[in-house]
Amino acid sequence: MSFLSFAVGGAAGTALTPMPLKLMDDSSIWTQMWPWIPVPQDGEVSYENSVCTLCPGHCGITVKKVENRVVKIEGMKGHPVNDGGICLLGLAGVQLLYGSRRVKTPLKKVNGKFVKISWDEAVTEVASTIETMREKGDAHKIGCLSGTNRGTVPELLKRLLWVCGSLNFFHMPSVQDSYEITLRMMQGGSAMAGFDLENSDHVISFGSGILDGWGSPVRMFRAHSLWREKGARFIQVESRLSNTAAKADKWVPVNPGTEGALALGIAAVIIDESLYKTDFVDNYSSGFDSWKRQVTNNYTPEIVSKITGVDKSLILLTARDFGRAKNPLALCGRGEGSIPGSIKDFKAVHALNALVGNINQQGGVWAIPEPDYINWPEPTLDEAASAGVSKGRIDGAGKGKYRLAQSLFNRLPEIVNSKASSPPDVLFVSGANPLYTIPDTVAMNEALNNVKIISFSSYMDETADKADLILPNHVFLERYEDVPASAGLNQPITGLSKPVVSPQFNTRHVGDVIIQVAKKLGGHIGDAFPWSDYKTCLEETLGDKWEALNQTGFVTEADFNPTNDMSGFKTDSGRFEFLENGSVAEVLFSSVKPEGDEASYPLTLVPFDSMRLTGGYIGNPPYLMKTVEDTVLKGNDVLVEVNPKTASKYKLADGEKAFLMTPKGKACVKIYHYEGIKPGLIGLARGLGHNVNDRFLAGKGVNVNQLMGSKEDTGSGLDAAWGIRAKLVKA
Amino acid sequence: MSTLDDQAKESTDEAAVESTEAIQDNGTGGYIILFFILGFIASLLVGWIAFPMALYSKKEQPVAFNHALHMDEVENGCESCHFFRDDGSYSGVPKLEQCIECHEEVQGDNENEAHFVSEYVEKEREVPWLIYSKQPDCVFFSHAAHVLKAKMDCVTCHGPVGEMESLPVYEENRITGYSREVWGKNIAGLKKNSWDRMKMDDCADCHKESNNKVTSVQTEKDACFVCHK
Repeated sequence: MSFLSFAVGGAAGTALTPMPLKLMDDSSIWTQMWPWIPVPQDGEVSYENSVCTLCPGHCGITVKKVENRVVKIEGMKGHPVNDGGICLLGLAGVQLLYGSRRVKTPLKKVNGKFVKISWDEAVTEVASTIETMREKGDAHKIGCLSGTNRGTVPELLKRLLWVCGSLNFFHMPSVQDSYEITLRMMQGGSAMAGFDLENSDHVISFGSGILDGWGSPVRMFRAHSLWREKGARFIQVESRLSNTAAKADKWVPVNPGTEGALALGIAAVIIDESLYKTDFVDNYSSGFDSWKRQVTNNYTPEIVSKITGVDKSLILLTARDFGRAKNPLALCGRGEGSIPGSIKDFKAVHALNALVGNINQQGGVWAIPEPDYINWPEPTLDEAASAGVSKGRIDGAGKGKYRLAQSLFNRLPEIVNSKASSPPDVLFVSGANPLYTIPDTVAMNEALNNVKIISFSSYMDETADKADLILPNHVFLERYEDVPASAGLNQPITGLSKPVVSPQFNTRHVGDVIIQVAKKLGGHIGDAFPWSDYKTCLEETLGDKWEALNQTGFVTEADFNPTNDMSGFKTDSGRFEFLENGSVAEVLFSSVKPEGDEASYPLTLVPFDSMRLTGGYIGNPPYLMKTVEDTVLKGNDVLVEVNPKTASKYKLADGEKAFLMTPKGKACVKIYHYEGIKPGLIGLARGLGHNVNDRFLAGKGVNVNQLMGSKEDTGSGLDAAWGIRAKLVKA
Repeated sequence: MSTLDDQAKESTDEAAVESTEAIQDNGTGGYIILFFILGFIASLLVGWIAFPMALYSKKEQPVAFNHALHMDEVENGCESCHFFRDDGSYSGVPKLEQCIECHEEVQGDNENEAHFVSEYVEKEREVPWLIYSKQPDCVFFSHAAHVLKAKMDCVTCHGPVGEMESLPVYEENRITGYSREVWGKNIAGLKKNSWDRMKMDDCADCHKESNNKVTSVQTEKDACFVCHK
């Protein structure tokens, strides 16, 4: 009784205190302060200009920071590539800085598990690995795979290999390689292909994903808008109704792999109807008559119609429109351009450009000179290095039938299997993830089984996971790096990627690591790297450009204008060569047959690209993944596009699960009935199915490269596979 | 007789029992009231005295700072250190960079200044100031709208901080983590001056008094999303 009365008295008294109200107020505030609720950074806002290196487009970016935290990446206004625009991947790039996928400290694999090591230990380990290889006389078995072959970082890697005794520097292949080879064959010399897109009034794209990531994606979007504004025509030749095809003025559905034949068919009509530019052909080209004979005899509209599946009347119409345009332009390279493709296709399309006289003309194809600012003195080699260098490259690039290629990493599985030459024992990997991005990942994985991989990856990707040693590089927002060239841009440009924030983790610039390893090795190797650190190397290399690059983020050659300049052909004839060395026996088109036999695999799998998926070495950041359509990825299930007629033939209902089988592998997929894909084909998005420790990326869909094979191009040795035989079986 | 006597005795006993019960009833009621009052007083003591003491922990600022002394030295009043940035945002508590403009080295023989220079300036560490007026993250407040546009002075909300020779002890609410200044020193929430509290009602009162109808363009009323974003 007494306790009850005490409690009642207490309750009555409490009601007359501020405690109930105060506790209620504080509790409500407390419930809004859970530790997992993200709180935006507060403080001073600042902006820094840099360059995005997440794709070969190399857009200028303006990074918005609050205090020392990056909060947004915007397109840099006034930049020649993107002028204020930015793509989805670039926008989501902040998550690549702060995301959980990063490697935070040097790691060494011990008994199958990664253990943290110090940077001193990591540098010593790399130096001793190189030293051991050199002592064994196996210096030539040190290889390096880099995401790109341009800029000071790839050059430093190449130089380290060279002074140690290896020429086995590889870079990831792309359509840029194909275009360089094409220009070398038809125009001579070493140059990059630039396209004066903005000034063209009629564009035919032979499978290029103009709005799906080809070239510099933001520039392509802007160019497409410009074409709409000024009434330029845009024709998309593609076997699938892609986003690009859907936005084109005309979609020409073609049998996959026959785009080159259609280009020749169009050329035949243009020749037949005398729509070609006689001035260019007569005065600046060589081998035209032989080429013309072949084209008009072998690629008539009737023949081409049979090869390509495109109606004869559509071929005639397309050819006439193209031939009559003032500034026509033809583009080549499938999808986003990650697979180089057949050189014959590129030559056919480039010859079509020449036929309408748009080489080095307004709205045409321009030869952009290679960057030439890296002029380091040639290093001296010791005996071991000379011996290693004399053994040449293991992929055969630069010699014999591969004389036009600079690097053929796609041949590695074949080299290992055939034992024709010694595979690398040690492989440095920088800015690349071959175990995800190179077709036939199973074969590539096997080929790298006995290779010591030393990765410079900033992220724990598939290749880093297989590595023996990871020396994590700063990400693009934390490091200095020169960025020469932008894919397909019509002017020479050099950009500077700058650190906009201090490194978030215990990472180190790959350039600094190379210099430190060289100094550790000492002797002539150390002498070849006279710089104290990478920044000094970069500053000295860029010379006069350094100041301007730091201020504006990029430098261009303002007076660059090759229009009407026909003196730049560096072929033997000094003219544009329609046929290589005037060879009349040259076959202009040969279909690259997909791997696998038709009886066992009646369908054909064709990978496709999308702006919402990055198929490169950097996997989709979380924000980008959220944009993927549910016709591509539903939950964790990947959907494959199948024409309803094909689906009906194999009794596959829309949304039904099935096994997709190719000669290379098998995967569980869901069926998506899509009338925009030709019957007999299966469309599968590139960029899914990562197997990494990141819940936003891993386990979503299937990596198409584990189902794809590689098909060596006869003209270059590069990968020319556009598809693979496949079948679908109900799950 | 005996029967009558017996009856008389019984009735006497019953009366005695009733009388005892009555006495006992009176005693229990007193206890009830006593305990009620005890509980009542105890809860009042807890609610008004013990609770506020328990709710707030007391923290010293990392550096002893004399606002009054600095106000004498600067030319532009509060805005000399608490300024608006070029983009109109408010800088709030000064960064070390600003302090270093004058205090790169120890100027006098004040041990607080020596501590500041050795601990923060030389080590290039930002001073982890405890901010009295910090609001929850869901509150958006524009200094520019109030100071630059409405021409309010700092004292209206922050009080005569510029005259203080030392920083008050920072009392941190153990539940919310915010300063006691937000709720106000008075645990009942009563205030004498406009700067005694910084709760939502205080914003609303001022807006009401000033008949401010520009916070929401659409409704011409104070809308939630004006401050809660």
